[in-house]
Parts: sequence; C-alpha cells; structure tokens
Amino acid sequence: MLLIHCPYCEEQRSELEFRAVGDAHIARPENIAAISDAEFEEYFFLRDNPKGLIFERWRHISGCGRFFNAARDTVSDRFLKTYKAGEPKPSLPIAAMTDETVVETYEATEGRAE
Amino acid sequence: MADLATRTLPLRGFHGGSATVRLTPAAPASRLSLRAKPDAVGALATALQLSLPTRPKTSATSGTRHALWLGPDEWLVIDETETDLVGIAASAGVLQSATDISHRNTAILVEGQGASAAINAGCPQDLSLKAFPVGACSRTVFGKAEVVLYRTGETAFRVECWRSFAPYVSGLLAAGAQDAGH
Amino acid sequence: MSGANRTAKADSMGGANRIAGKGRLTPARTARFTFDGRTYQGLQGDTVASALIANGVHLVGRSFKYHRPRGIVSAGPEEPNALIDVMRDNARRQPNVRATVQEVFDGMTVASQNRYPSLTFDVGGINNILAPFFAAGFYYKTFMWPKQAWKNIYEPRIRAAAGLGVSPTEEDTDEYASRYAHCDVLVMGAGVAGLTAALAAAATGARVILCDEQPEVGGALHHDTGVTIDGQSGYAWAQNAARRLAAMDNVTLLTRTTAFGYYAQNFVALAERVTDHVSRPARTAPRERLWQVRAKRVVIATGAIERHMVFANNDRPGVMLASAARTYLNHFGVAIGRKVGVYTAHDSAYEAAFDLHRAGIAIPAIVDSREQPGAAVLAEAQSLGIEVLTGHAVTDTKGKLRVSSISVRRVSGGSSARSISVDALITSSGWTPSVHMFSQSRGKVAFDAETQRFLPGIYAQDCVSVGACNGTTDIAATLGEAADAGELAAQAAGFPGGTRLALTGTQAFAWTGGMAGAAYGAGPEDDVKAFIDFQNDVCAKDIRLAVREGMHSIEHIKRFTTNGMATDQGKLSNIHGLAIAAETLGRGIPEVGLTTFRAPYTPVTFGTLIGHSRGDLFDPTRKTAMHQAEEAMGAAFEDVGQWKRAWYYPRAGEDMHAAVNRECRTVRETVGMFDASTLGKIEVVGPDAAAFLNLIYTNSWDTLKPGRCRYGIMLREDGFIYDDGVVGRMSEDRFHVTTTTGGAARVMHHMEDYLQTEFPHLNVWLTSATEQWAVIALQGPKAREIIAPLVEGIDISNEAFPHMSVAEGRICGVPTRLFRMSFTGELGFEVNVPADFGPDVWNAIRERVEAVDGCAYGTETMHILRAEKGYIIVGQDTDGTLTPDDASLSWAVGKKKTDFVGIRGMKRPDLVREGRKQLVGLLTKDPNMVLEEGAQIVADPNQPKPMTMLGHVTSSYWSENCGRSIAMAVVAGGKARLGQTLYVPMADRTIAVEVSDMVFFDKEGGRIHG
Repeated sequence: MLLIHCPYCEEQRSELEFRAVGDAHIARPENIAAISDAEFEEYFFLRDNPKGLIFERWRHISGCGRFFNAARDTVSDRFLKTYKAGEPKPSLPIAAMTDETVVETYEATEGRAE
Repeated sequence: MADLATRTLPLRGFHGGSATVRLTPAAPASRLSLRAKPDAVGALATALQLSLPTRPKTSATSGTRHALWLGPDEWLVIDETETDLVGIAASAGVLQSATDISHRNTAILVEGQGASAAINAGCPQDLSLKAFPVGACSRTVFGKAEVVLYRTGETAFRVECWRSFAPYVSGLLAAGAQDAGH
Repeated sequence: MSGANRTAKADSMGGANRIAGKGRLTPARTARFTFDGRTYQGLQGDTVASALIANGVHLVGRSFKYHRPRGIVSAGPEEPNALIDVMRDNARRQPNVRATVQEVFDGMTVASQNRYPSLTFDVGGINNILAPFFAAGFYYKTFMWPKQAWKNIYEPRIRAAAGLGVSPTEEDTDEYASRYAHCDVLVMGAGVAGLTAALAAAATGARVILCDEQPEVGGALHHDTGVTIDGQSGYAWAQNAARRLAAMDNVTLLTRTTAFGYYAQNFVALAERVTDHVSRPARTAPRERLWQVRAKRVVIATGAIERHMVFANNDRPGVMLASAARTYLNHFGVAIGRKVGVYTAHDSAYEAAFDLHRAGIAIPAIVDSREQPGAAVLAEAQSLGIEVLTGHAVTDTKGKLRVSSISVRRVSGGSSARSISVDALITSSGWTPSVHMFSQSRGKVAFDAETQRFLPGIYAQDCVSVGACNGTTDIAATLGEAADAGELAAQAAGFPGGTRLALTGTQAFAWTGGMAGAAYGAGPEDDVKAFIDFQNDVCAKDIRLAVREGMHSIEHIKRFTTNGMATDQGKLSNIHGLAIAAETLGRGIPEVGLTTFRAPYTPVTFGTLIGHSRGDLFDPTRKTAMHQAEEAMGAAFEDVGQWKRAWYYPRAGEDMHAAVNRECRTVRETVGMFDASTLGKIEVVGPDAAAFLNLIYTNSWDTLKPGRCRYGIMLREDGFIYDDGVVGRMSEDRFHVTTTTGGAARVMHHMEDYLQTEFPHLNVWLTSATEQWAVIALQGPKAREIIAPLVEGIDISNEAFPHMSVAEGRICGVPTRLFRMSFTGELGFEVNVPADFGPDVWNAIRERVEAVDGCAYGTETMHILRAEKGYIIVGQDTDGTLTPDDASLSWAVGKKKTDFVGIRGMKRPDLVREGRKQLVGLLTKDPNMVLEEGAQIVADPNQPKPMTMLGHVTSSYWSENCGRSIAMAVVAGGKARLGQTLYVPMADRTIAVEVSDMVFFDKEGGRIHG
C-alpha cells in the first residue's frame, strides 16, 4: 500500500484515501464542439502508456477531495512528485528515472542475483 | 394538522466499548458543509463567531461551535446546539456555499485509553499525538466507510459519518474497541 | 510399553525425556494434550514438538509424495515435516500448523496429517516403493494418456491425494482483529541484534515496534548458551532487555508476532498469535491480530536458519538440525535421544554435541565431512573425550520409524562402512542468512563467495539488516552493528541520538565451515534418496534430473521439481537445490541465481488477513431512515448496491406477483407511497450554478425558473448517457440535483472532476446531500389529498404548483423540500424532509394513505409503473453505449448550446450512423408471455446459426394495468421498425414480438397533470 503526498494536505497519506483518475495535462479543447474527429480521437482516446515517467491525475477523494497531479514511474510504481492541479509539468531529471536505487518489479528481478 | 414529527436518531440504542474504550452516539447537532474562497473566510468567521482554520488537518472551537478544515475551500461546521448555521453563513454577505447536513451526518464519540487503537482498526492514519494532536481533524477512511475524524482530547475522538454508514462504522468501532481491550 | 504406567511416569516430569535441571520451563506447570488420540503431558511453554519429543515421539507425519515416515527436523518456523492439525472444536480447527511453533495448552487436540489409516501404518507408503515412477516432473508426463483418463481417473485421484491436512467443515467462530500502526523504527526479530537495535533506537525517544515470532525474545539465545552479554548469560540478558523495552512508553514489544510481508514504502504486515497458546481464551479476545505497520525506518534482524546435511535417507525420524537439538535441550530441557550421532560440515554442531554430552547424553561420534574443523571445537571435543571422525561422511541411515544406526565412510573413499548405533542424529551444513524480508523489500541480494552465502546487497527501501541475517556472526560485531543501526534509524526518523549504547559480549567459539549441496555419497553417480526438500520430497537427484531434462533456469528447476514450493517455501532446501543445480550446470551459484522471496514469510491464516471484515462488517449495509418502518409493514427488501430497498410489500396470502399487481393497480387507482431516499442528491450552489449545470447536462438550465424542476440527462465526454435525474432550482444560485441510486457517488466524482479541473473559473460548489433528506414519493390520483392537510406554507393546487414544481415549506411541522414530479405518470409529489424526521413523516402519510385504501409500494412496482410510461432506467435500459437519440431523448439536448460534456462525442460518425441500436417497446404477440430480460432479438427465426442478433430485451414485466406483458429493448434501427414483427428465440420456443413505441399506458399523458 503506497503513501501518497497530497499537495493540499501537505503530508503523505495512505493510498486508501486516494483514487487514480488517468493521464494528466490533457486539456479539454476550449472549442470542443468544433474540433474534428481526428482531434477528438487524439484528445479523448489516445494515450501514450509509457514505460517509465508518466504524469497522472489523482484525487484525494477520502481526504481533502482535491484533484492533483503526480509524476510517477510506471516501472517502480514510485511517485516522483505530486503537485497541485493547474501547476505546470515539473521538469524531472532523467537521473530520477534511471537511478539504480529505483526498484524494479518482481518480474524484472526474478532469478537474478548479483 | 398531524402531530409534529420528531427525530428518530440513526444510532438510537447504540452503546458499546470495552475496558479501555467507551463508545457513545453523539447528541444531535447542527452541521454545515461550508465552502468558500480565501477572500470570504474573514467575513464568514465573523458571522460564525469562530475562526475558520486555513491549515490542513486543523480545527477551531468556540463554545459549542467547531470548524473543521476538510479541504482548501471546505469546512465542516458543527454546533452542538440547534442553530440555523445556513442562515448565519448567509448573513456574512460573501460568496459562499452553505449546505445543511445536520441529518446527513451522525457521530460516535470514542473515548478512553484505547480510543486510537480502536479507530486504527480501520483507519490507516497515524493517530499519535505528534501526528494527530488534540484538535486535529481529517476526512479519511474507516474500513470501507468514509469518516471525518476529529480529536477532541488526548484520548477522545469524534467520528462523523453519513447516517447510513453508522451501523457499519459503529460496528467496526465496537470490534476495534473490543480488540483494544486486549 | 504399558500406556498407563508410561503416562504416569511421564506426568511427573512433563515427559520421560525431560532432563531434571535443564531448560527454562517450570516442571510444575503442566499441560495435557492428545496426539492422534493418545494423551500426553507437556509443560507450559512447550511447543507441540518439544512436548512430543519429551514423550519420546519423533514420528509426527508422513511425507507428501512418498508417504515416508517423518520426524521433527527443526525447532522453529522453518519446520518442513512436523505439520499437525490443531483442534479446539469442529469450528476452531486448523490444519498444517507447525508443531515447532504451536505451543501446547491444556486440553488441546492434535492430530498428524497425510496418513491413512494411521501414522505407523500408512497405505500411501506404497508410493515410496513405487518411487521410480514418481521422479521429478512425473505429473507433467505420466497423466497424458489416454486422453479421457485425465478427466475421469487421474484428476479425481490426484485431487484426493493433493494438499495437506483437512479443512474445517464449520464456520470459524474465532475472532480476528486488525490494526494499523505507525512507528519511527520497526525492528523485525528480537534476538541479540534486534534487541540491541531496539534498545539503541528506543533510547532516543523514537517510537519503536519490536516483533518476534517466538513466545519470548532471544532468538538464537534460546539454544546458544555460549553467549554472554554485559556479563550475563545471553538468554537472561535478552529477557532483561525485553523487560526494559516493554516498560518504555515509546516501545511496543510484540512476541508471537511474525513479520510476514514487506511492501512498498516500509509497509510491513505482522501476524500476531494472540490466543493460540491459551487453554481457554477470553471470548472477546482475538485469536490473531494483523498489524499493518508503516515504519519510517526498518531494522531487519531476522537471524539465520541452519541447513541440514544432504545424504542418503537423511529423512528418518530422529534426524534433526543440530541447533534444534540444542534448543530442545537448553530451552525445553528435553533430550532428543540417549545416543545422538552428529554429522556436520560446520563448527556449530560441535557446540550442540558438547551441550548434549554435558547433559549426560552419549555422543558416539562427531562425523565431520571436513578434513579440518575449527581448531577450538576440535580441541574441546577431544578434551571431552568425544570421538571426531574428520573427513568422514554419513552415507546411509537405518531404522523403520526412527533412526537406529548410521553408516559412516571416509570421504576419500576406500574404507568399508562403519555402522554406528544411534537413536537420533543431528546435522548441520551451515547457516543460511534469512534475507527473506530484505528480498521482499525488493532489495537485491549479493553472493558472498568467501562464505558462500547470499547477503543483503543493494537496498531498495529505508531499511538495514543487522546480525546473522546480514552475515555477521561474531557477537561483538553484532552488538556494535545493531547498536549503530538502531541509533541511525532513529536519527533518520528525526530523533538525534541519546547516550551511546555500548554492550560487550563474548561467545564460546567462533564458527568456521559450511557447505551447500549434496554430501559425499549422494553425488551424481549415487542412486540414493538424499532429501533436500523434505516437505515436497525433493531429492538431490531430482535437481540433476531437471537439469538433464533441459531446465537451466532456477525458476524452471524449482517448478519442475517443486523444490521450495511447499508451505515452508524452501527455508532449508533452496540453497542446497541451488548448489546442486549450479554444480550440474557447471556454473557458479551467483550465475544460476536465487528464486524470488515472496510474502508471506510463513503461512498466514485467512482469518488474520480478513480481520474484522466478515459478517455485518464485510461491507456496509446501508438502510434508509424509514427502513424499520418498512420492515414493520412486512416489506421484502432487495439489494441495490450497498443499499437495502423495499422491494414489495406482501400482504397475508400474497406472493410477490400478487403483491406487485396489487401495488401497481393501487397507485393508478388511488395512491401509493414509496421510499425514494436512496436517490443521489447533490446541492449545487453558487452564482455560476446554472452555468455549471449547462456544461454537465445536455439540457439548458438558464431558462429554468426558481421553483421549477426539469428532467436532465448527463453524458460522458464520449457522447453516451451517463446518468439522469430531476433537477430542481431552489433559487437563482441553488439547485437540488438528483441522480440515480447507483450513480450517486460516481456522478458526484464526475461533476467534481469537471468543476475542479476543467471549469475551475466557475463560482459554484457541490455538496452531497443524499443522506440529508429522507424522500417519500406519493403517486396516484389521490396524492394531493393525502398530503394537503400535512403541508404548510406551500399552495399545492394544480394551478399554483403544477407538474415539475419545487417549493420549500413544512410538512408535519418540519421543513420540507416538496417536489411535484412523477416517475409513474400519475399525479405525484416527492416529499424531502431532514432524514431524522423521515420515519415520523412516513407514518403520518401512511395513516392517510391507508385510510383511502392506498398502499406502500416497492422498487418492483416502481420499475413496472415507469416502464408502462416508457421512462428509462439508466444502467438497465442503457448500458454505456446509448446516445440521447438512441434512447429517444433528443428533446432533452439543448440544440442551441455550444458546449456541454459529450457535445462533441455524440456527433462522432459511429454515434450518428444509420442502424444504431435504439430503445423501443416490444409487445409479445401472446399478451400473456413475459419476455426474459437479456433475451436476444432476431428478424428471421429460421436463419441458420450464427444468427444475426438485432439487440436484446432490457426491461420486461407483466403489466397489470395494461392487462398484458410489456417490454423495452434495444434493437438495431429500432425506431424505423415500428410495427414490424421480430422474434426472440428461447431454448424451448421462439417468441414473436411486435416493435412498438415505449409508452404503454396513458399515451396522451394527461394523468400526470391531474
């Protein structure tokens, strides 16, 4: 069970109080009624599903109720940073992603011993 | 004209606890879900005669009235007497949302040496006095229910929940209290 | 031996093999228990294993595959053989309990497992003779032919033979508890290292949790009497340290508590056995307690586990680990035999031999496979007059149900075997650091070539390993390392150091030696059963076979042989298996690698994991304010999510059908009352409330005047219907929004999402008010006259309060939000009152309803009445793929609006194409035929399969008011098919239906305005 830092409550809380809500920094088009089918597809359906750094939206639903954003590593499941909704994407050093201390999944370490 | 309707309390008849924990349904109270932006806080505080806390997990108390910070623009105001809190909030004359939730919520008082252990039967928060001092409050989870936890004393908590969750919350508190007695 | 005499003699000492003056238990404090029906006496503090050995019982079980007789191997949680069934009664019974962990209590009933008909004569033993047919991987090959035999013969037999122990047949009546806990420093293991670390951390004032799986602290000090700390004997020091820790406010000391799972961010699960050792536990006491601990820092002090020697027939009862024999002697005061052989490749077994020797037990010889044991232990053996056979191996054992002799040969070969008579044999091939929890924390182990051990390598979390689990064996080094770790952990958690903890320690001998893999005589050329995994009956040769058959990855070898896959998870066997695999593959141990350690470290009961979450506490059961009143009226309830809702109200002699028909008629003829409290309610408040609702709903809200309400539909961004409900405008800036019962929470979340992240510029707030209001719907021609005398402050005449009105006033003297609205097509009101007033208002209304022969109705009648009017239920008639147009709700979409959630999605090509599935009515040709909901619809019933399915029935009822069945369905191109005949093929018949519109009753719709 993860601990997640809520940028509004300013402390780490149990994952049980949170809900994941999908990718972050995908703005709803202002003129949504006028966009093309391709634009709508891009906005609504297409996601990158990256290995490694991802920006996500979370909600402290059983806490302060606020939606916020998180930079997370999909390999280790680790939260790298959380920040308030509306704040720009933080620039994270690439090192944060390749750091040897970043844990890997069980599957990745299976059978390996150094 | 029919007889005046009277209240039927969700936790009528409930009592419980153990050697170290006493569980009691809280008396009916006036409750307000108050929402406002920072610039309205001062006027609302004046109208309510109660400061509205702006730090996470904190509360303010004045007489029978308590204001619990639940979120950056959200407070749970509890008055232990019957009071028109919506009217008072409206009298502040500032932009705000005040919704009466006196009957939506009910509360259980959890008191005694084992109080925090009983609550930790279902609540994942750190309830040490350092992390959750007297006066601290938070919306959180308790087992499979959502509650608002409010520490009223070193060994005393008020657990607020929606009325239909009260049997579950009181039941799990009773189980936690029983365990805290061992 | 005569049972009566034997028992009487044993009673005096808690077992005939109890040695007076040895051990730490109190002779006077006895505990009687039965094992396989026979009564034994042990002492309080005994494990079942120590008590059985005290009574001369070594044979405790049969092995899983070969059904070979098996004895107690260890004195701890690593035990592979001694699995027992412990029973208090039929409900409180647990199989697969390790006899080396379970403490005896007075009156306990213990049974052995995996034997039939008895432990000493077991017909499954035939498997031992047939062993050549049960080689590793046998089940992957053997049961392949003939094909039918798998299902009919092999699988049922294997299922009967598989698994260990018997499940209880009754519901467990024990209590289980669960608790979250937080601490600055969690210390796992209370041996020398753990206690020292805990003392150092606690001295800083940090919150410390120290847990240990044993009943008392001390760890290896249970057996190792050669250690002194601060001038005291090790064990005594440990107990004093525990007393000091337990007295500190900032320390929680948990014994009988196993850290079994190490998860992300120092989240550790502990299982505490609270009453398993108690004869008559308090009724309210939990049997076990799950601790879910979040620690800022973790100190892992889990020690090491001794390995056995791998040689032919090393599994006879009476063959056990050297440290176990030492524990039985030094802690329990029990001799494992009178003539104990020793076979070792490590110095530690010598110390066991010395202890046994000093207790008067004969040590015929110490057989050491090494040419050069540690000089100190060798000298001590010589001074004690114990024969040491260096460079020798035990190559076989004899004895039917217990070892009776061992065969010893020179490792260099040549010599003939010497047979030595023994009644027990202790072995040691060295110690395996317990890196389980470190590995579970996702740390990477590293192979230490010099000592041939896997040790903690790269850490992944805020934890540190100390003592034997970190490869530190020297006592002084352990004390220093642990004190440092405890202090640093506390510092890192925010507690600067206090006074430095400096402990001094001495140990009798420094140990050398150790080996992994098969010993002499169990090599590749020797066709012998030299067991590495006792519990799964895996021998050295099985590993070699696996490699020969092409398994080159340790993960494949593990699964092919099942080595390490039993409940003990290979605590004794993994390193042996790995060493043999490496040797066979011709690679080094680190190149072959270790299998992953996973939670749980030791088996955990389901009860512990479930904790409080069962019975009423399994899931919240939500009841409305009027639930009791409805119960008193005889309502039958149905589950709607977590809610209990009144389903129908049967009267004497009525079945559900009769009750529902009566309720349906009554509403349309007179009046019915209905508990609608579960509908979601959201208070939308603020100057931009209407603007916000314009964006969330398809409808337009600017034109809705205060005091009026409107049916609204809500889409997802993809253009599909998400929810619906009536929205009342209470004032310019306040709306009372209702949602479906099931949609309440997700609609609130959906609205908050858009408000906070897409439309944060709007001045509006949302508050859930679902439970603030109890809601009583009054529906039917007499609805107005029912409430008229109860209502104050609202003119409810048709003129002043037409259909779709809302007003605030009082009813029965209490505040109400009164809606004029209808989900039945009748004149209707919905009375909202603050929930505590619900029961009183319900009863006041009920009196008047019954006075005019009206009735209460439940959800079933509500469903039928709305279907008679063609009102949809989102989630039943829609399934997340219907647009407003598909549901004939285009009228609710604001044509002039430039934005709302779903405005673009609903114009996608596939959502506007011809031939989409659309919601229509269906009338069966036979009016008495009621369709099945979910049934498929086709155009041509004679079309060969697979037939073209046009859609399916979404709602179907008998309508008493229409005098026939009615149904709603989604049908491809449905609205263009009005009047067409379609077919619903069922298993036993094909039902002809006519496509109709969805309004089956009062098509003109006049009644609603009555």
